[in-house]
Amino acid sequence: MEGLIEILVFVVLLAVGWFAGRASERRHFRDLAEREAKLRALLVFNERRPPADQVFARGVLVVGSVVIAEDYFKRIAAGLRSLVGGRIGVYESLLDRGRREAIVRMKQEASELGATMIFNVRLETASLSEDQSGRSPMFSAEFIAYGTALVPARGA
Amino acid sequence: MELTTLEAVPGKTITRHLGLVQGSTVRSKHAGKDFLAGLKNFVGGELKSYTALLNESRAEAVERMVAQAKAVGANAVVNVRFSTSNIAAGAAEVMAYGTAVVVS
Repeated sequence: MEGLIEILVFVVLLAVGWFAGRASERRHFRDLAEREAKLRALLVFNERRPPADQVFARGVLVVGSVVIAEDYFKRIAAGLRSLVGGRIGVYESLLDRGRREAIVRMKQEASELGATMIFNVRLETASLSEDQSGRSPMFSAEFIAYGTALVPARGA
Repeated sequence: MELTTLEAVPGKTITRHLGLVQGSTVRSKHAGKDFLAGLKNFVGGELKSYTALLNESRAEAVERMVAQAKAVGANAVVNVRFSTSNIAAGAAEVMAYGTAVVVS
């Protein structure tokens, strides 16, 4: 009886992860595509030096960050995948979402300042779910994107 | 105080280097929020309370770095970098560091 309840809980969680997780992932990707299209004119570089032939009024540090977590379905799928090894697609899409969200937020901040470019952009990922024993209850990670937003001088 | 990830402040020249400055803070997640985040985990997606927490921490780390830079007489910090590390279950350290300089 107890075993049955456990299996039932597992199946329900798996279903919730599958349906709700997939729906929210799809919504997120649609939303990302839209916001990325709006901010396309703002250029992002990871080069260290801004172009010398342009005059900028100021450079401002801009940061975008997001903490994103897996759902139950992804967790189980990834667990099964790691039995045989190979590409874990469910995590690829999760990390892609997180990183793009961080970049979009950084660009958003820069565009509010009137910047036209962001230079020396760095991307960071930090896993937040591991404790010292190395076992993680649920995977979540923080993504940050930061750089220097360059605001062109007036009349330049 | 000017902060930049570049090696120099655009439109200005560095007249003095004052060395490395850094600021950090360690914060733990709110137990109640952690519980809610735990529930949120079943459906996945953004954990807004953590995003906010880490943004707050980052602001604090930057503030401390700026205070250090001011103390050594700098008016800008170049080559700023951030890092986040998970030091224990439910606690994260956020650090900001860079090179304090005088620009004119």
